[in-house]
Amino acid sequence: MTLRPDPTFYPSAKLAMQAPPERLAYTLMLSPDGSQPDGLAVVDVDPGSTDYGRIVHQVIMPHKGDEFHHFGWNACSSALSPLTGHAFLERRYLIVPGIRSSRIYVIDVKGGPKAAKIHKVIEPEEVFAKTGYSRPHTIHCGPEGIYVSTLGGGGKDGTDGPPGIFIMDCESFDVIGRYEIDRGPQDKQYDFWWNLPRDYMVSSEWGLPPQFENGLVPEDLLSNKYGHRLHFWNLRERKNVQTIDLGANHQMALEVRPAHDPVKEYGFCGVVVDTTNLEGSIWTWWREGGKFHAKKTATIPPEPAKADDLPPLLKGFEAVPPLVTDIDLSLDDRFLYVSCWGTGEMRQYDVSDPMNPRLAGSVHVGGIVRQAAHPGGKSFGYGPQMVEISRDGKRVYWTNSLYSTWDDQFYPGDRGGAMVKADVGEGGGLTLDKDFFVEFPKGYRSHQIRLEGGDCSTDSFCYPSA
Amino acid sequence: MEGTAGLWLAVVASGLYHGVNPGMGWPLAVSAALMERRAGALWRALAALAAGHLAATLAILMPFAALSLLIEWQVEIRVGAAVLVIALGAWILVTKRHPRFLARVPPSRLALWSFLVALAHGAALMLVPIYLGLCRAGADAGHAAAGDLMGGNLGIAAVVAVVHSAAMLSAGGALAWAVHRWLGLGFLTRSWFDLERVWAASLILVGLIALATAGHR
Repeated sequence: MTLRPDPTFYPSAKLAMQAPPERLAYTLMLSPDGSQPDGLAVVDVDPGSTDYGRIVHQVIMPHKGDEFHHFGWNACSSALSPLTGHAFLERRYLIVPGIRSSRIYVIDVKGGPKAAKIHKVIEPEEVFAKTGYSRPHTIHCGPEGIYVSTLGGGGKDGTDGPPGIFIMDCESFDVIGRYEIDRGPQDKQYDFWWNLPRDYMVSSEWGLPPQFENGLVPEDLLSNKYGHRLHFWNLRERKNVQTIDLGANHQMALEVRPAHDPVKEYGFCGVVVDTTNLEGSIWTWWREGGKFHAKKTATIPPEPAKADDLPPLLKGFEAVPPLVTDIDLSLDDRFLYVSCWGTGEMRQYDVSDPMNPRLAGSVHVGGIVRQAAHPGGKSFGYGPQMVEISRDGKRVYWTNSLYSTWDDQFYPGDRGGAMVKADVGEGGGLTLDKDFFVEFPKGYRSHQIRLEGGDCSTDSFCYPSA
Repeated sequence: MEGTAGLWLAVVASGLYHGVNPGMGWPLAVSAALMERRAGALWRALAALAAGHLAATLAILMPFAALSLLIEWQVEIRVGAAVLVIALGAWILVTKRHPRFLARVPPSRLALWSFLVALAHGAALMLVPIYLGLCRAGADAGHAAAGDLMGGNLGIAAVVAVVHSAAMLSAGGALAWAVHRWLGLGFLTRSWFDLERVWAASLILVGLIALATAGHR
């Protein structure tokens, strides 16, 4: 029992930035063919430690075929609003969904790097029965408990009804039920996040399970059948209040990153590919005069390539699309990091003016054609993908797998899971740390990273940074 | 009359206690001032919180004021109120659960939220035994007619609710202002203590004292 709020809860993003640096990272490991159970790797990220850059502990699951993807904490800084009534929760459990199995693991990480262990397993049947949803994805802790977005509806292939968000109890981890009261036109789901004091939520769209589980469906992509809309919600009324179509050619609107300072009524979203020209794009959305708006504010061009250097899926295009698969915003709302998984680039945009992102830094590592080596000498398979930023904004970590079946289409063969780190310069700029290259056990790929004590895509702040 | 002084002190002290407890809402006033970038928003939020608290206190006290018509049943009413307070304290102590419906209230509706919180956590109910003590002291002072007695008791209920809420407003307001002006948001996490068990225990204690003295003339 704690007598005061968890010391890793911060009233504002500014206070979170002043907190001590992370010493541990938690990274999901997945077995792409389901031949081994998935796991959670505990990585030492303390530069003063002899184990720096190594996996110091693994929690291996009792089941196979879960396919770990995204995950999140049971509690975060959002607990510091008196409105939630949860000020005395501990940031202690990682909620890890299996995107393929719909099973959810609750992992207790209290007690040091080697103490992480499974606390509870929520079986898929409970998720199906209580929500009618399947394939749980993004986790956020908020006013009513733990919110979980899903990619599938009911039925075997997840197309019986639309996917959506459900809520879990933040203490017992019981699945409570669906979030939506009025979903409006929303029929696909991917990411979601919110502005708590202003009481709105934003959600995005990837595609339905048949469009991703067995690999990207080229015909669906070329006929613009993946998601391309943003949905805006009245958070506590659980009601879709506005839907913005980014245009059907803007296929796969994925990560939603609102400004961390709740005074600011804007945020970003990354679009994987424009089917008219293979560009990746960054969109800025904002609220003005009670309405939401969205505008394309940065584009990343494809790079020409010889057909011989390309996987079958891309041969006909003679180009590598950047494939913007993840974006992440630093806690001071200054730098937006953009993963270009196809071209093998991590970009850093200065978004001090959110309507005019300015490229401030870039490093190349991996890539379909470029295959840039890591400065430490090792080869980095795939491309930069799930990216996470330290609270103080000085270190950026990323891994390299997108999704088992998609990895195999864009990067045939097994290229090895990896996690790397880059240091951020004073006024911007990125430099890869040549001494930090985490290799994962044979047969495993790596996905999302969470940092000890919170990071730049978990915590929601209830008080302004002013 | 020294008994009444003690009871009025309890009305004020409980108001101060509710006011400084972050769970009763003063951080929301700080948030409002920071969000709107002007100090005036702080006072508006505090006024909404105090209004909700006042309404909850009145909503709980008024039925008891009406019950005071039943002069024959005063002991039973006191016992009933005491048992209710003890039961709520015990429930909070055992379940340690926060009612989830409170999280459905939009942040823009602070008065409603404050009203519901004061009801759900027994802040208003805690005043009932204190209030009934004050009514008894008033009744003992002179043998008034039933109508006058009820009018008097309604008046006492209103005064108790106003004094209590004013104490809450001044304590919460002072703290919110100090945090906004000088102490900074870091003070929030340093000063917020989990007093749920203490709170539950104090409900039980107030109920037990009321129970012990219920039969006394």
